[in-house]
Amino acid sequence: MENQGQLVDSSKNKKIFKILEPIGRNLGLTLFAMFALFPLVWMVVCAFKSDAQMYNTVFIFHPTLENFRAVLVGTDYFRAFFQNLVVAGGAVIITVIAGVPCAYALARYNFKKKEDVAFQILSFKFAPEILVILPIFLIFQKIGLYDTYFGLIWVYQLITMPLLIWVVRGYFEDISIEVEQAAQLDGYTWYEVFFKTLVPLIKPGLVASALLAFIFAWNSFTFPLILSGFEIQTITITALRYIASDTVHYGQVAVASTIAVLPEVIVALFIQKHLVRGLSFGAVKG
Amino acid sequence: MFGSSTKKTGGGINYNEIPARIRRRPYYIIAPGLLILIGIMIPFITAIFLSFTNYSFRLPKWGFVGLKNWINMFTGKEFYHALGVTLRYGIFATAAEMLLGTGVALLLRKDTRYSRILKVLFTFPLMVAPAIAVLIWQLMTSNTVGILEKVLNIFGIYNFPWAASHSTALFTAILIDAWVNTPFVLLLVLAGIQSLPKSPFEAAAVDGAGAWFTFKTLTFPMLKPFMYIALLFRLMAALQEFGIIYALTKGGPGDTLMNISLTGYINGFTYQKLAAALPYLLILWFIINKTAQFLVKRQRHLAQQAAGK
Repeated sequence: MENQGQLVDSSKNKKIFKILEPIGRNLGLTLFAMFALFPLVWMVVCAFKSDAQMYNTVFIFHPTLENFRAVLVGTDYFRAFFQNLVVAGGAVIITVIAGVPCAYALARYNFKKKEDVAFQILSFKFAPEILVILPIFLIFQKIGLYDTYFGLIWVYQLITMPLLIWVVRGYFEDISIEVEQAAQLDGYTWYEVFFKTLVPLIKPGLVASALLAFIFAWNSFTFPLILSGFEIQTITITALRYIASDTVHYGQVAVASTIAVLPEVIVALFIQKHLVRGLSFGAVKG
Repeated sequence: MFGSSTKKTGGGINYNEIPARIRRRPYYIIAPGLLILIGIMIPFITAIFLSFTNYSFRLPKWGFVGLKNWINMFTGKEFYHALGVTLRYGIFATAAEMLLGTGVALLLRKDTRYSRILKVLFTFPLMVAPAIAVLIWQLMTSNTVGILEKVLNIFGIYNFPWAASHSTALFTAILIDAWVNTPFVLLLVLAGIQSLPKSPFEAAAVDGAGAWFTFKTLTFPMLKPFMYIALLFRLMAALQEFGIIYALTKGGPGDTLMNISLTGYINGFTYQKLAAALPYLLILWFIINKTAQFLVKRQRHLAQQAAGK
């Protein structure tokens, strides 16, 4: 009898749970969505407000393009955007050229110290950036790489290379060795096997991880802060100036942020499928 | 998992059976990539070397001073303060992101249209650079134009100090860190949830196991390896966070947010006492490296356990 009572009770509980569960779940999700997304919405809203409207309006105002003109015309923000593109893009190109063969070797060959090499590459990711960058600043000033594209692109390899090698290695490991052996039997040389059969197979993953590496490079703050001066300015450093001045034009801050974030959000939409795998350096094959 | 790549690659090329010319090929192939990276690591060795000198950007001459920089660091107060800030920031930020990320991932577990859209949208903050995230949150928290001030006014709170006050600066920095990085934990845990096998859960349901019991004995242990990876990446980054703190207050107000990264930067770059700053950063590297090693080892162990090995 006692047992039966419990059963009835628990099924009643289950009914209540069934009604309450979706409500609680969606409420929780909506709350987090507000935390995660509202700052971005607010940023875009602020970008269209004039200085005066910034103070006395919230959501209802006359949108203006004044801020966009102030940030993009007659300032060096546009130049910083372009230079950031060159530095981050250049870094990714070098990484792909040198890193993909690396990833292939780590995936396919069993050689001595292989795992040590792989972990060494991963450990670059965890090295404190400031520790690496201070002596580099010293050396770059001596050898003339300070404030140059080449210098920055080289140092950015610390951000892009470990990511690309670890992720792409996983994609290579996913391809069965028989694919390669079949191509070899067809008389392909090893580089033909590589370019004609393997590269097309890993292409989606490769493109996605290269784009993710681009985002990381685009976002880099510490490296350009110390290693670039007047010649090269990246967007993350230049954007900070809008808040540092005495009279802050919040509308311009909003525009500067919007322009910095927009390309990344678009890229993120394209690489959704590979994002988890890329972000975890291939550790989680989501 | 990290562990999976250590197994001998199935059907990989066994280098003992092939001629030396081909045997050496992998080394040639990885050489360019490795050289680029090692080239950057030369400064790292320079850092160890310079920490035993009195090198400064200002002085034309420099010489060896032995352990002086190290002793100064360990006997001064600045280091212990910086260490405290580093640990507090690292632990609180990581804990907040782990809890929130895992919680929301569990809420996203049910595959509805709403959750599918949110999953995509939640990746947006993750793409934002730390410095830009600070700007975005200035727009939120500003006492004059910020929307949060207007919301807090409803509750009778005026001029909430955010990053300007000693008591709320750490909270503000962690809030921004959590805004950017919680989606990272969320995505990893969600990937873990989606990889869960169905049959143990069906068996549990047949046996009439409660929701909490199922979570405690099935879901959580199977998600643990994924959470460890999230923990590893987040903790390593949070212990050396520089961008958010620098953009927010440059370590202030006073020395409230001066973690080891910031202290190293201010001493070495702003005050130009490079040699004195390097021991701080080398210690930070040591802490991060040891923590990473420990976590990777634990993660491998857990992943093997979860795979039933």
